[in-house]
Amino acid sequence: MSEGLLTVSPSPHIHTDLTVPQIMRGVIIAMIPALLFSVYNFGLGAVYVTLLAILFCVVIEYAIARYLLKRPASIYDGSAIITGMLLAFNVPSNLPWHIILIGSAVAIGIGKMSFGGLGNNPFNPALVGRVFLLLSFPVEMTSWPTAGATWSLDGVTGATPLGILKDGLRAGDSVPDIMNQMPSYTDFFFGLQGGSLGEMSAFAILLGLMYMLYRKIITWHIPVSMLATILLMTGIFWLLDPTRFANPLFHLLTGGIMLGAVFMATDYVTSPFTHRGMLVFGVGIGVLTVVIRLFGSYPEGVSFAILIMNAFVPLINSYTKQPRYGSKSQRHKAYQEKLEKEVKATP
Amino acid sequence: MRLHKHKTFKTGGIHPHDNKLSSQVAITPLPLPKMVTIPIIQHIGAPAKIVVNRGDMIKTGQIIATHEGFVSSNIHASVSGRVGVIEEVMDSTGFKHMAINIRVKGDDWEESIDRSDTLIEEIKLTPKEIVSRIMEAGVVGMGGAAFPSHVKLSVPEGKHVDHLLINGVECEPYLTADHRVMLEKPKEIIVGIKILMKALGVQKAIIGIEDNKADAIEIFQQLLKNEKHIGVEALEVQYPQGGEKQLIQALLNREVPSGGLPADVGVIVHNVGTTYAVYEAVQKNKPLIERVVTVTGKSVKQPSNFLVRIGTPVIDLLIAAGGVPEDTGKIVSGGPMMGKAIADLDVPVAKGTSGILLIPKDEASRSEVYNCVHCGKCIEACPMGLEPYRLLIMSKKGNSKRAKEEHILDCIECGSCSFVCPSNRPILDYIRLGKTQLKKQKSV
Repeated sequence: MSEGLLTVSPSPHIHTDLTVPQIMRGVIIAMIPALLFSVYNFGLGAVYVTLLAILFCVVIEYAIARYLLKRPASIYDGSAIITGMLLAFNVPSNLPWHIILIGSAVAIGIGKMSFGGLGNNPFNPALVGRVFLLLSFPVEMTSWPTAGATWSLDGVTGATPLGILKDGLRAGDSVPDIMNQMPSYTDFFFGLQGGSLGEMSAFAILLGLMYMLYRKIITWHIPVSMLATILLMTGIFWLLDPTRFANPLFHLLTGGIMLGAVFMATDYVTSPFTHRGMLVFGVGIGVLTVVIRLFGSYPEGVSFAILIMNAFVPLINSYTKQPRYGSKSQRHKAYQEKLEKEVKATP
Repeated sequence: MRLHKHKTFKTGGIHPHDNKLSSQVAITPLPLPKMVTIPIIQHIGAPAKIVVNRGDMIKTGQIIATHEGFVSSNIHASVSGRVGVIEEVMDSTGFKHMAINIRVKGDDWEESIDRSDTLIEEIKLTPKEIVSRIMEAGVVGMGGAAFPSHVKLSVPEGKHVDHLLINGVECEPYLTADHRVMLEKPKEIIVGIKILMKALGVQKAIIGIEDNKADAIEIFQQLLKNEKHIGVEALEVQYPQGGEKQLIQALLNREVPSGGLPADVGVIVHNVGTTYAVYEAVQKNKPLIERVVTVTGKSVKQPSNFLVRIGTPVIDLLIAAGGVPEDTGKIVSGGPMMGKAIADLDVPVAKGTSGILLIPKDEASRSEVYNCVHCGKCIEACPMGLEPYRLLIMSKKGNSKRAKEEHILDCIECGSCSFVCPSNRPILDYIRLGKTQLKKQKSV
């Protein structure tokens, strides 16, 4: 031992490796496949929008922390980078820079820092930014460049599969007819469809999910319960009337469901604590998403569904507490009597 | 792959890397120290009363401090020699307590102690005599808490105990003292179990061992083949399974009520090390004057399990294990999850010292603290089903009344919440603070 003194601190003396910066880095790594797919689909636009969103989010968080709240900059935990990436994932790849700036300012400024920064925000910041933009700039936010377009900043724009479906239904067409105009399911799965930047490829997002599960960053509860609910609900409607409702697989593979289930709904800060709570949360998002998609005026409902369920998290938490050790013996008379019998029966 | 999963406890739990570096190292007796310092309080309860004076010549095994009241324990000389100063010294708790110094001369044991290795299986004493022998021998729980064993064996009136559980879990990472005792003294432990069963008048005993100690499980399965009343159960590795309440949940699916004792659900739990000490006390008339201590750590040259006389300074153990490595940043008495960091190397080994762990500098201090990200990991980890992050907030605000309503006093201080917190929040520190606040209020 060198001259230094010994550290004396209370137990525990060991700590998990999975700390906040590690987790944030893990999430960023998990988002990279989806980002790569969107670069492949949309070319430089995807890179441009993503980098801009990250830059704006980080700078805005730094500025607010330093000059408004006058506390140490909180950007090193990496959470602002994730908010930026997720915001970019939720917008078209041809979005002008000033709209990205407004979205970032709302996401970080209102969605996160106004509540006190990391950990205190009730709503997912990236979604707050996204929904604000969707309501304020409906045209820019819904003119999606077509997938596989050239590697230029101004590609051809078109509607998303969900948009085509909704418009077709409004025009009185039946689902099978509309489906004939769509790309194949394989194209959906691998991301050759119109839509927001990061929601393209279910395959890429599933890679990210697998990585996060492997690193134990998230558990299966929210994604699985949410996807299963959507599958089940859309399945029931599809069986009831296949001419009016699209099949469940179409719903799963299009729009933001995969992105929402894997990266947005699983945000620690805005999701419930216990596994039971997570299941309730996932089912809630699933139900709301399907209701909005099938009966609402918007073609897509994942963002709204997640934000609405975010508001329910405190309530869910208070109803899905972990059972306390010993509560079994205190609450239930029957258990106590059974125990007494058990004790007496043993010779 | 195993077809069924082994049993484990159901509420919370974590899986730190077990790092059992010294599990294959046989127990070796540590050479006699030059001097021992024996604190008169090494147990939960009242300090013992000193019955020797400076200058007295004493023998190994002679009583040097007697128990004061029922919840207390006798203290015996662990060496022979001359009593030196009797003064306050800092022990592994970080507090100063009276302690008796003995300068070692030879190794002259009390004649009444049987030092042979012969296994004595026949239990001649009556239950009452067993309990008083255990009390005389100063046996305390050797898993760490050091609760006087005779108190546990005196079941309160009106409670019926049907199960004796033997705790061979050793869920603390790094520690291997119990594991080695199980491998090297299994027959003695079985006799010890029978002694405890006789004392308690129970017909059923189960030894719980985590499945990272397959060799120990196998030995007991072999030896207990023809025993109807004693079983051995492999348990899935999960911290803090060695906690009394968790072991009861794991093996019997019973839950001790809040504020209650294991006897409330018909169970008494004893550690394997304690069971061995009970065997020695009852069959060999040997008081608790030595114990197995694991000396370990990632940079330790020879991670070891030593048989150590109580009162030996920690430095002697470290030298025997190849010296203190260059990079040592923290020295812990006990395991990494619940052990206590010690400030100097003269701290004596006590009855409850299960290990000495050397932690390298880069792991010795805590990392940067972030905001709570509401991940819920502390809630999922808490083996008592509490909400640690909220207890932290309440304790920080001094709202001990709310904290009490949220069962802060149920906390067993296992450290699982602080371990898993990705924001490195000092959760357990604040819970301890909250508990102290409550105790203070009670005493006012």
